[in-house]
Amino acid sequence: MNIESLLSALLNLELFERYAPRFIDGLLVTAKLVAISFSLGALLGLLLALGRLSSNRWLRGLTGTYMYFFRGSPLLAQLFMLYYGLGSFKSFWQDVGLWWFFRDAWLCTLLAFTLNTAAYQAEIMRGALTAVAPGQREAAQMLGLSRWATLQKVILPQSLLVAIGPLGNELILMIKASSIASLVTLYDLMGVAKLAFSRSFDFQIYLWAAVLYLAIVEVVRRTFKRLERSLSKHIG
Amino acid sequence: MNSSITAPDSLCVPALPKRESVVQISGLNKWYGNFQVLHAIDLTVSQGERIVLCGPSGSGKSTLIRCISRLEVADSGVIRALDADLGKPSPARHKALREIGMVFQNFNLFPHMTVLQNCTLAPMSVRGFSRKRAEAHARHFLDKVGIENQANKYPSQLSGGQQQRVAIARALCMEPKIMLFDEPTSALDPEMVKEVLDVIVTLADTGMTMLCVTHEMGFARQVAERVLFLDAGRIVEDLPPEQFFTAPKSDRAQAFLAQIHH
Repeated sequence: MNIESLLSALLNLELFERYAPRFIDGLLVTAKLVAISFSLGALLGLLLALGRLSSNRWLRGLTGTYMYFFRGSPLLAQLFMLYYGLGSFKSFWQDVGLWWFFRDAWLCTLLAFTLNTAAYQAEIMRGALTAVAPGQREAAQMLGLSRWATLQKVILPQSLLVAIGPLGNELILMIKASSIASLVTLYDLMGVAKLAFSRSFDFQIYLWAAVLYLAIVEVVRRTFKRLERSLSKHIG
Repeated sequence: MNSSITAPDSLCVPALPKRESVVQISGLNKWYGNFQVLHAIDLTVSQGERIVLCGPSGSGKSTLIRCISRLEVADSGVIRALDADLGKPSPARHKALREIGMVFQNFNLFPHMTVLQNCTLAPMSVRGFSRKRAEAHARHFLDKVGIENQANKYPSQLSGGQQQRVAIARALCMEPKIMLFDEPTSALDPEMVKEVLDVIVTLADTGMTMLCVTHEMGFARQVAERVLFLDAGRIVEDLPPEQFFTAPKSDRAQAFLAQIHH
């Protein structure tokens, strides 16, 4: 086997030319899916974490159950339950006017991913919120700061520094896990690769997909590293 | 910095004649689980009074001032401060608590903010000051504690003594009527104790009501008008310093002083 044939086994230019535009579309779908679900998941996760730390027993129990369920079952099962499971009650959803949502694979996937990552992020944030020294809250209380101002100005910026590493990790896991979107008819990066493979039967398609995932993960990793550095600039 | 912009008055007004009482505590009990930390405490503090609380560790002195600041909630008894019952939520209590400042043993500065931001946060967020006004205000007090030139540093870049002086300036920016000090020098290296005590002494000269938990007996002698000695959750002695140090009534206080003076 010479260099040329090895190269064409890894990057067949003709094949590449044919599928590159689709891969770019797939990349965008993946990026959009992860970016939206991760951001919404962060908001929901923060609320869950606050609920988990609340003094109200019912709120603690409810959020705890939520996190237990979504962290304890596979994302794939959650996605199927949402899309195929809930989607099978067509007439009910039509009656309540939500059929447009549950028949749409994109929206169902977005919802499943958001609910799932929210549970993980909540656990990260709960840990980070409790990591802030109790004296910080006391100082804020003695200065007369409201609960919201205390959270926003004193607690959150400090817990973000604790949370940023694990959050970056969660985002990376999400990016890779998002490939299961291809199982509910979405043409994300993995979906596109599957399609291209089924037409060409050339394994190098999957290699490209893997390299592209690696590239996204690398960008995310570097971004979070930089973020972490700028958040910890006060530590002398 | 032009201090005439803000002219905070708490440091300029001469001491008022001491009449009005600003804190009244009666029958205060406090439990931690099965352990009773405070037993039926009665205490009245007059306007402008400077009180030092001392006693062995675990005697309840910190808990007492934490009850006045409402960082701890009393299990029974009445605490009134600045004309408000601290046991009942009310606008009067809200206002009163805003006028009680506290300095902690471990400073509790906000580590992610500069010295200046530490001092401007509450005036901007609670009192609605503009940034410009809050900064001028903060610089005035940072100047009072001798640390104005460090305004843009982060707490981690300062020594312990400097950090505690920032914490004092931060509390002063809210212009409190009552200042509580919870062992303000206990976490400091010996050579930094003086710079912090000097600042508190200057404050004492302004006529601010102060309650200070401390083991610095020289400071107590110099500044206090009353020394409260607590033991096992009770106020055992309540005397002017000259009497407390020379002729304490209780055996417990005599033993305590013997330990310190040895």
